[in-house]
Amino acid sequence: MLSLRRVSAGYGSFRALFDVSLEVAAGEAIGVVGPNGAGKSTLMRVISGMLRSSSGELVFEGRSLTRLPAHRIVEAGIAHVPEHRRLFAKLSVEENLRIGAFLPQARRHYAERSEWVYALFPRLLERRRQLAGTLSGGEQQMVAIGRALMSKPKLLLMDEPSAGLAPLVVEQVFNLVRLIREQGFTVLIVEQNLQQVLAIVDRAYLLEVGRIRLSGSAAELKDNAMIQQAYMGL
Amino acid sequence: MTRVDIFLLEAVINGILLGGVLALLALGLNLIFGVIDVVWICYAELVMCGMYMLFWLHVFFGWPILLACLAAIVGVAGLGALLHLLVISPILGSAPINQLLATGGMLFFLQSLATLLFGTDFRNIGLRLPVIELGDIFISYSRLLAFGTALIGAIALYLFLSRTYLGIAMRAIAQDREIMGLMGVDQRRIYLTTSAVGGALAGLAACLLVLQYDVHPFIGLSFGPITFMICVLGGLGNMIGGFVAAFIMSQIIAIGGYYFSIEISYVLAFVFFIVLMFLRPQGLLAR
Repeated sequence: MLSLRRVSAGYGSFRALFDVSLEVAAGEAIGVVGPNGAGKSTLMRVISGMLRSSSGELVFEGRSLTRLPAHRIVEAGIAHVPEHRRLFAKLSVEENLRIGAFLPQARRHYAERSEWVYALFPRLLERRRQLAGTLSGGEQQMVAIGRALMSKPKLLLMDEPSAGLAPLVVEQVFNLVRLIREQGFTVLIVEQNLQQVLAIVDRAYLLEVGRIRLSGSAAELKDNAMIQQAYMGL
Repeated sequence: MTRVDIFLLEAVINGILLGGVLALLALGLNLIFGVIDVVWICYAELVMCGMYMLFWLHVFFGWPILLACLAAIVGVAGLGALLHLLVISPILGSAPINQLLATGGMLFFLQSLATLLFGTDFRNIGLRLPVIELGDIFISYSRLLAFGTALIGAIALYLFLSRTYLGIAMRAIAQDREIMGLMGVDQRRIYLTTSAVGGALAGLAACLLVLQYDVHPFIGLSFGPITFMICVLGGLGNMIGGFVAAFIMSQIIAIGGYYFSIEISYVLAFVFFIVLMFLRPQGLLAR
């Protein structure tokens, strides 16, 4: 469904990604794990068009999306739940969802789509007139995911959904991700929280200083001695 | 009621009516600042352009006034979009001072262009609306019309910003520019639309002001500085703040004019502005 071929990217003269290649098949949940500063967020930003790659190719459903602007990539069916949620704090929950449905094809299905999101996250229905900035961390993550789902994406990118949340809420957020998976979405998720993410994905890539170091099924990675030593403290 | 009370009441009413048009201008300027993050120093000059459009279409070409008004609104909206495309868009990423200088330069350009094309004559549209007599109070019909229209314009803008996808996106973009693309929003399109809407508000203000003032190349100076003061007073980019500040300033001008003279009243307004900037530099309604 999505394939990255030897993608490099960076900020100014700083290079954050070196020849990264990865594949996501329809229906899969893929994890990208690695330490802080490995380039995980940069990878997400390149896929969703927030950052232009300096070389390499991005192909989605047989179509090249290389270096298209972000709004064209959403149109193609990739939605990105950004790091730290980035909600519009001074807009209501409902308005945040409206923005998520900005594209013409999404606007036409706004009513049924928002109903579906509210059914998925009933908490949001209760709070739909509340300003998004006043919600709790877990609820805000629901809005961020709901907002991304409003565009009816085929692929959902999630950047550190557990970042900055209390341990109990992190548990909830991973349950949300599980819920999204069960709805049949293809998910590409970036996480530092290795153990928890390996429990919900099919396959994963290990990213270190901008390069893919390892890849394999979740079980393989869990059993890998190097990973156990470096990331799980076993 | 004594004679003095009636004149005071008349001044208060006229102040409210003046506030309507100023509020419209403040809304336009705040909208552009809030969405695009650039201050159109030449905003009042767009009003001047609109007044000239109206004058030529109505007086010279004999268009019916309503049609001429509509054409002026559309014309100034186009001018706003053009200003964005030609002047703002190429320097969006540069330092704010460059944008100020560029739109400031446009102010002199438009004034000089109008002087070159039309001379410095004061031109009147020749439309005299009746004066309404309410008991002992005289209210100018054109001012009442201006106030009513400005209010309708403000309500329409409010509905646009709170009900439509484009309007909500305009409010969102001021909060987080970078992720708008992830929502499927093309920033350039939003900026262009905002510039056109801001221009349309200036065009609407031109239609209302042409009923009360003569047109000349420097008419913008009569509204420009006071509009900026109102916007800053209300908190730059704060729509409601600007709306409220417009009525406060117009009351100071109207009541000051009643007790002293119209010249002194502008001095009072400036003094009030300066004192408030010391007390609340972030603006009246800023949180």
